[in-house]
Amino acid sequence: MSGNRRTVTPAWLAALPAGWLAVFFVIPFAIMLAVSVAHRVPGGFFEMGFELDSYRRFLSPFFGGILLTSVLISAAAAVICVTLALPFTLFLSRLRRRGQTLVLVILLSILSLSEVIVGFSLSTLLSKTAGVGNFFVWLGLLEESRSYTPSLFALMTGMCYLALPYSVLVLYPPVSRLDPELGEAARMMGASPWRAFRTVTAPLLRLPLFGALILVFVFTLGVYLLPQVLGQPQHWTLSVHITDQAVFQSNLPFAAAMAVLLLLVSLAMVGLTLLLGRDKGAEA
Amino acid sequence: MTELSLRGLTKRFGNHTAVDDVTLDVPDGSFICLLGPSGCGKTTLLRLLAGLEEPTAGEVSVAGQDQTNVPPEKREFGMVFQSLALFPHLSVADNVAYPLSIRGRPRAESRKRADELLAQVQLAGMGDRRIHQLSGGQRQRVAIARGLAIEPKVFLLDEPLSALDANLREQMQVELRQLQQRLGVTTVVVTHDQKEALTMADIVIVMDKGRVQQVGAPMEVYRDPANAFVAGFIGTSNLLPCELTDASSLTLSGQRLALDPADRVKCSPGQPAVLSVRPEDTRLGPAGEGLEARVVFIRDLGESTQFVLDHDGTEITALYAPDARSDLKVDDRVGLGFVPGKRVVLPA
Repeated sequence: MSGNRRTVTPAWLAALPAGWLAVFFVIPFAIMLAVSVAHRVPGGFFEMGFELDSYRRFLSPFFGGILLTSVLISAAAAVICVTLALPFTLFLSRLRRRGQTLVLVILLSILSLSEVIVGFSLSTLLSKTAGVGNFFVWLGLLEESRSYTPSLFALMTGMCYLALPYSVLVLYPPVSRLDPELGEAARMMGASPWRAFRTVTAPLLRLPLFGALILVFVFTLGVYLLPQVLGQPQHWTLSVHITDQAVFQSNLPFAAAMAVLLLLVSLAMVGLTLLLGRDKGAEA
Repeated sequence: MTELSLRGLTKRFGNHTAVDDVTLDVPDGSFICLLGPSGCGKTTLLRLLAGLEEPTAGEVSVAGQDQTNVPPEKREFGMVFQSLALFPHLSVADNVAYPLSIRGRPRAESRKRADELLAQVQLAGMGDRRIHQLSGGQRQRVAIARGLAIEPKVFLLDEPLSALDANLREQMQVELRQLQQRLGVTTVVVTHDQKEALTMADIVIVMDKGRVQQVGAPMEVYRDPANAFVAGFIGTSNLLPCELTDASSLTLSGQRLALDPADRVKCSPGQPAVLSVRPEDTRLGPAGEGLEARVVFIRDLGESTQFVLDHDGTEITALYAPDARSDLKVDDRVGLGFVPGKRVVLPA
């Protein structure tokens, strides 16, 4: 980082991750860019060239609506997820050391479940015949079991289930480093617990909170199986359509063009969030 | 009038008793120091006063009103934490004005009051700085100003000066004391530094193992310690096991020592006892007079010279003005004596 020549880490070490990035990210992205402007051969594959047909095709109300749906679904998932993760992490940080480790291990084990398992488990759990509706009937809350999937609710549940461990992992280090005396100081000065949280704890955690929002947003943008398993066709996100174009319609140029646009949109959202999360100086 | 009153205050964490049955009355406007070694329960006692810990038993009242179950935000106390707990996301003035803005005072009025308070602690014109732009001593002052912003009923400070270097610490002790006298606010400071306690306090409360060992004015605690712990903790004391023969004499290392009426005797004859004498009240005479001792080490401290002696395996410290005893060298044999009237006999 510094200009000091006698740094402990030799500079050539940086070549390793740089090379890794180039081989596995930059080159594939370049290929994707090239494919996105290639010419599609109907009924066949594609031949290299330069035309903007695929991008032009995207500029329709249909695909614009899909992009908007994707962004809204991911943004909602990010907000719901972080809203759940913050109190959870605050609670977790107040547990004893052993309790914290146990909860973190359980949480991390969720990461080992694939999207497929989570998707089909939830789909069963929310179904009419084998799902939670039967439990509600047994409790006497419902006359007759009903299905809760496919629906926006089921999709959100699935996405938040997948993304919650990530948001907790992003929030956990800053939350556990937070000096408990700061909150206590606010209490001593007359702030109720909620007021102390709003005026001291939350502002101090602003950057990690924005970090968690970005992470969940970007992560759920790329989810392409859950919308098909748990969502209705109108909840299909751009990722689903990219898969559809690439795998089932064999239209790789169009899939690549959509992927490039999705990337640009995510970058724009991340930039916007960072801008909002910047330290705006003194404010009460 | 008694401002702050504690009755049988006890706090247990599991089977560890941090604060054990503390009963105290703190007069209005006085400056109290809770003094003790780390782990003696002084910080827990302060947190019980603040309402940040719930007592296992006992009660806290202010001006006759029970506060035991009142949450901290309703107590109208000021507090300076050991970490200072300044809010890094707020400016200096907004930190000081925080308790006022919580109470819904208009922004301009709060800012005016914050500037006044900052001027009181010699930080006039620093209101717009960020906390990280301040030095340790300046942060200290911001924390004090913030604690005083609402004109608290009681001002609590937890080891407030421990992060400062020695010179600044002494300067802040004097400043804090002067500020407290000017405002007349009842103040309770936790410290493990006996010099700090002696400098600032009207009343020193010495604690050990969760219990109050002695309550008294600084010089009273220094001159007239209630037990061997207080004698050893407040300043330096030479503690020698002895036996009280009768009310006016004791036996020390096989020698009989007549007591002066001004000497303080805190135990009864027959009880195991210790003789406690301050280094400055220890006299070194020619060998053969008094107790036998050998000079082990000589430390020149500038304003005084300290002699470390060995008497029968017990380490004794004597303090003299510089050059007053330039005749003595290491390994010299001397006769050890104690100034009559300055001796204290305590239960062992």
